Amino acid sequence: MKKRKQRVNSFMVNGLLLFLCLVWTVPTFGLLMTSFRDRDVVSKTGWWTVFTRPDQAELTLDNYEQVLSGKTITLVDSKGNQQTVKGDNLTRAFLNSLTVSIPAVVIPILIASFAAYGFAWMDFPGRKVFFILVVALLVVPLQISLIPLLRDYGRLELTGTFLAIWLAHTGFGLPLSVYLMYNYISQLPRSIIESAIIDGCSHFGVFWKLILPLSVPAIASLAIFQFLWVWNDLLVALVFIGSKPGVEVLTQRLLYLIGSRGQDWHLLCAGAFISMALPLMVFISLQRYFVRGLLAGSVKG
Amino acid sequence: MTQERTEDRLLQKALVGVGRLFFTLFVPVTAFFIFFKIFIFLRDGNAPQLVMTLIAIVWGVGGVAALYFLGYWLISKLSGKWNKSLLPYLFVGPALVILAWYLFIPTLRSLYLSFFNDTSMEFVGLANFLYCFTDEDMLISYRNNLIWLIVGTSFASGFGLLIAILADRSKFEKISKILIFLPMAISFVGAGVIWRFVYEYKPAGEDQIGLLNAIYTAFGGTPQAWLMIQPWNTVFLVFIMVWMWTGYAMVIYSAAIKGVPVSLIEAGRVDGAGEIRIIAAITIPYIKGTIIAVSTTILIITLKIFDIVYTMTGGLFDTDVVASMQYKQMFAQHDFGMGSAIAVLLFIAIIPVMYLNLRQFGQQEGFK
Repeated sequence: MKKRKQRVNSFMVNGLLLFLCLVWTVPTFGLLMTSFRDRDVVSKTGWWTVFTRPDQAELTLDNYEQVLSGKTITLVDSKGNQQTVKGDNLTRAFLNSLTVSIPAVVIPILIASFAAYGFAWMDFPGRKVFFILVVALLVVPLQISLIPLLRDYGRLELTGTFLAIWLAHTGFGLPLSVYLMYNYISQLPRSIIESAIIDGCSHFGVFWKLILPLSVPAIASLAIFQFLWVWNDLLVALVFIGSKPGVEVLTQRLLYLIGSRGQDWHLLCAGAFISMALPLMVFISLQRYFVRGLLAGSVKG
Repeated sequence: MTQERTEDRLLQKALVGVGRLFFTLFVPVTAFFIFFKIFIFLRDGNAPQLVMTLIAIVWGVGGVAALYFLGYWLISKLSGKWNKSLLPYLFVGPALVILAWYLFIPTLRSLYLSFFNDTSMEFVGLANFLYCFTDEDMLISYRNNLIWLIVGTSFASGFGLLIAILADRSKFEKISKILIFLPMAISFVGAGVIWRFVYEYKPAGEDQIGLLNAIYTAFGGTPQAWLMIQPWNTVFLVFIMVWMWTGYAMVIYSAAIKGVPVSLIEAGRVDGAGEIRIIAAITIPYIKGTIIAVSTTILIITLKIFDIVYTMTGGLFDTDVVASMQYKQMFAQHDFGMGSAIAVLLFIAIIPVMYLNLRQFGQQEGFK
């Protein structure tokens, strides 16, 4: 093992790696720094001047206050000047994103787990055909569904409701969810399930009491997957929520900010960071499960 | 006397039966009624946001679980034979219904709609497709999508492999992998803000606040509006995707590299091969299957790319791709026929991958 990690040219290897890591992190770091800088300096000097000329740094939390607030607020800058600004109400969008994400993660996983159990441990006519259908749908681009669903939603008056977007994310997430859950559940030892059935447990009982608790690792990695996908989604939200202000999610608000405040970098950066904070936290703390899910094979339509 | 009794008993039985039936119907009907009432409340209600959020979450998650219990309860009322043959469909049925409604049937419906005009009232034959292959903006979007496919896939996959190999030989493996992996958690819109800021342009003479122009001018260049230089602007957009998906490729390659048998590498060393030779002649051939799988996944993502283009340029300066053209036809032009036709093209482009997936699945033999 030691030989395998032989550090030939370790200077070159580490140097190149460091350079790539810098290229990958500096853009995000710049965004973070900018979000804390005073509105007046952001548009005049680069964010790196915080380090080259620390005396003129002028760091502040005003930008966050402004993008989060739903009302008009008064900000006082370091020189004592008062300024009245209109908030961008990202708080509401944040809550909307949560309202969209949590059920849009739990519902497909629950439905997929049921289906995966059915495919793995029950026998019924059409089993193989239906599962082939699931595999075929894995890579179908969701664009193909947008127009027909939009027409259905129009008729059912669902457009702009939370239910509409939960169902959409459920539909688009199901093929991968069923596939991954099937891979996991079908590998569980047959003896556990059979002995439970012999003991008089119904399939329904086996599923709730045995399979779901045993599948926690698979569920965890799938949940992170689906959460990142839903939280970061723009297209599905644009199509099925549209411009309904009460329901708009973070990505939509952020897109709107880019359009209306394209040069107000202090606000854009703060807003972008708010949209990134939760997925980054989830990602860093649960990375292990995420990697496991990735390695279990992942292609999404 | 005895006859009366039997009649009584029959009446009793009938009453119980009716009562049971009524109860069996009453429960689901009430349940649906409650679901519906809460739905209306959520749609039109005016409670504080946080309250609505909580109710919506409980309603959505609890509702689905309740539906399964309700279904099970109804099925368990049936006789043994019916129960046995219906139970599997309680498990797989909901998933199949949703898949049919959201993906399978829409594919056929989109195909159907693509032969109709913008309002889907009039049959136009292949006119939409004819437009798709002659319109200049559409042709530009194909060119751009091709740039996305080639540049995006090769660079994301290539950088991923390079970093995986480097990290495997470095003592900073863990931290460097986390840093490269991190952008995967960011939305395309968030990444759009990050990179718009990197590409930000200020006229010469002013302080550049965009990182790229700051570096470029520091080396003596004149500031450039990167996103307006055609056709290179598409490449600048592609690099945002590369930045986000390199981490994915790296993680998978990294795991694959660790699976290369040490004995093979040792044998190479004994034969006097240098590190680069070992990588080229042993590691890469060994993980060839993984490289194909990862590249296919990234290929599919670039094929459907929409968010980055829509966030960064909105398709201006000839940066449109097929998916953003589809969105434009759908919402800016309200042309459902054309929108469907473009979606069908995307679908056709993905069929080879679908075929490969199915073939691989057929060979697996895992499904008995």
